[in-house]
Amino acid sequence: MSAPAIDPVRTPVTASPTRSSAGKGRTTPARFDTALGWSDRPGPAWALRILLCLLALGVFAAPFLTIFSGSFSEKASGSTLSFLPHHPTLLNFRVAGDRGIWDYFGNSLVIAGGGLLLQLAVCTLAAYALARHRFRGQALILTLFMLTMMLPEEVIAIPLSLVLGHVPVVGVDLKGTVWGVILPLGAWGFSVMLLTEFMKDIPTEIEEAARIDGVGELRMLWQVVLPLCKPALGVAGVLGFIMIWDQYLLPLIAAKDPTDYTVTVALSILRTDPEVGSGVVLAGAVIALVPSLIVYLLLQRSLVTGIAAGATKG
Amino acid sequence: MTATATTPGPRRARIIGKKAVLPWLFLAPGLLLALVFKFLPMGKGVWLSFFEVRPFLGDKWVGLDNYTRVLTDHRFQDAIGHTLLLGVGMSLGGIVVGSALALLLEGQARSLKIIRTAVFLPVVTATAVVGEMWRLMYYPTSDGLINSGLGLLGLGPVPYLDNPDTALWATMAMGIWMLAPYNMVIILAGLAGVDRSLYEAAAMDGVSLRQRLRHITLPAIRPALGIVLTLAAIRGLRVFTEVYVLTGGGPAGSTDVWMTRAYTLGFTRNDIGGASAASVVLLCVTLLLTVTVNYLRKRGDVR
Repeated sequence: MSAPAIDPVRTPVTASPTRSSAGKGRTTPARFDTALGWSDRPGPAWALRILLCLLALGVFAAPFLTIFSGSFSEKASGSTLSFLPHHPTLLNFRVAGDRGIWDYFGNSLVIAGGGLLLQLAVCTLAAYALARHRFRGQALILTLFMLTMMLPEEVIAIPLSLVLGHVPVVGVDLKGTVWGVILPLGAWGFSVMLLTEFMKDIPTEIEEAARIDGVGELRMLWQVVLPLCKPALGVAGVLGFIMIWDQYLLPLIAAKDPTDYTVTVALSILRTDPEVGSGVVLAGAVIALVPSLIVYLLLQRSLVTGIAAGATKG
Repeated sequence: MTATATTPGPRRARIIGKKAVLPWLFLAPGLLLALVFKFLPMGKGVWLSFFEVRPFLGDKWVGLDNYTRVLTDHRFQDAIGHTLLLGVGMSLGGIVVGSALALLLEGQARSLKIIRTAVFLPVVTATAVVGEMWRLMYYPTSDGLINSGLGLLGLGPVPYLDNPDTALWATMAMGIWMLAPYNMVIILAGLAGVDRSLYEAAAMDGVSLRQRLRHITLPAIRPALGIVLTLAAIRGLRVFTEVYVLTGGGPAGSTDVWMTRAYTLGFTRNDIGGASAASVVLLCVTLLLTVTVNYLRKRGDVR
């Protein structure tokens, strides 16, 4: 998972990455494979490592087990959390369903699906122009897209909510519609950077050959460049999905009333509802957690290489 | 960047019409969205920060009043302290824990990969979900998850989130928990780039583990650490969701950070001008920090 040797995004790791691709020691880790020189043979250091690994798992992964078990427990509360559900039941999910959790979940799915599609389309188009064309003002445009990363929703929340209530020129009110969340997520600097870098590495010969055959720009992008970009699109897709699913403030300010909330924002409604217990909140949390979990487990390699690549590029 | 280097000539000029418009067509959707939903709000925010915003009555120009009001408000001043403490604590804690995780979980073995996958879960989980999870783990009575762990060690139950003295630290712990695995991945990428023969050579020379870490590993992962620190610092400044879902700024404002304060001012007290001023201050600090760090890094690269 963290092997940059198979990195599709070309991580420019410092120092020489000679060894990693040499194929040596995949099955039998040598003593010099790790910085701490962990040994693979049973011994005190080995035992210590196992102990520490268990500790890490306990701290970072075990809490997830407790929320899963709590969501299936008949009477879950903060004081009865454990790793196995007491009296397993689906009651919590049914109550959460009565409180409209599936409607919120539906909102989330529409926003995540639509937002991701728009984001990928918009960023691919922009990246294609930046990577494959030369034009006046290119550096400025690149800087502008970088700036979008420095303008997170938190910092522009108040004026953004005014803009969403009355979009200039067209004068539409996007509040209470999914567009209010989807459209602001369209231009994501990170994806633009990532795809631009990747497209720059595609050899121009392929394109030139296609151009001689009379292929137009759009078909060139769709049929020649995009298929070659699949790894980068995978990275942009996973990171984009996680980022959109994690949105909190944007759905909050784009909503007209609580029925417009996404499932992550709606958790606070469940929590403040005096008639439902912690088990129902946990059921909601599990429902909000599962999609990102699935995406992560299916595409974790893309995600991890993407983070590493994004970071090293900075 | 010298991407705009055009070669003037008759042949070029002939095709420039179509060629020059094309990239802009591709860029148009992205630029339009960025303009309307990022730069326009930014401009509007700066503009509104000089006004007393009054619905139906028309906005009134007040100059820098909003800024002085926000900066002299003691709750905002407290929030600065909390933001800095939280930002620094989360950044440093995230790096220390992240490095420790990376050093522990470095390797090619299949079992290690599985552990890394599991440890990485907090990063892919939505912040709001993490908040609900931790709220329950922090359950204040002695049979809450964390408190029962403390009970095993013979320590009394701590009402983490309900006590103004501990709430900020509890929030910080959650922040570190979310940040550390992310840092781990970046540092692991740095570790993977270390030339293994150096380790071998060092072992031949009888170099101690500590020296090896200091002189071989650290220089190799320093760029990764730099990036991690920058990202964390910027993220720390605009921390909002973590605090908002976990404590909402309470109890008694003890976890109020700059953005939760601005949010309260703007959305519940309807002081759009003051909230805009607060946002602009944060924006300026973020930009300043980014530019400074980039400058320092560029200078470091040259050297």
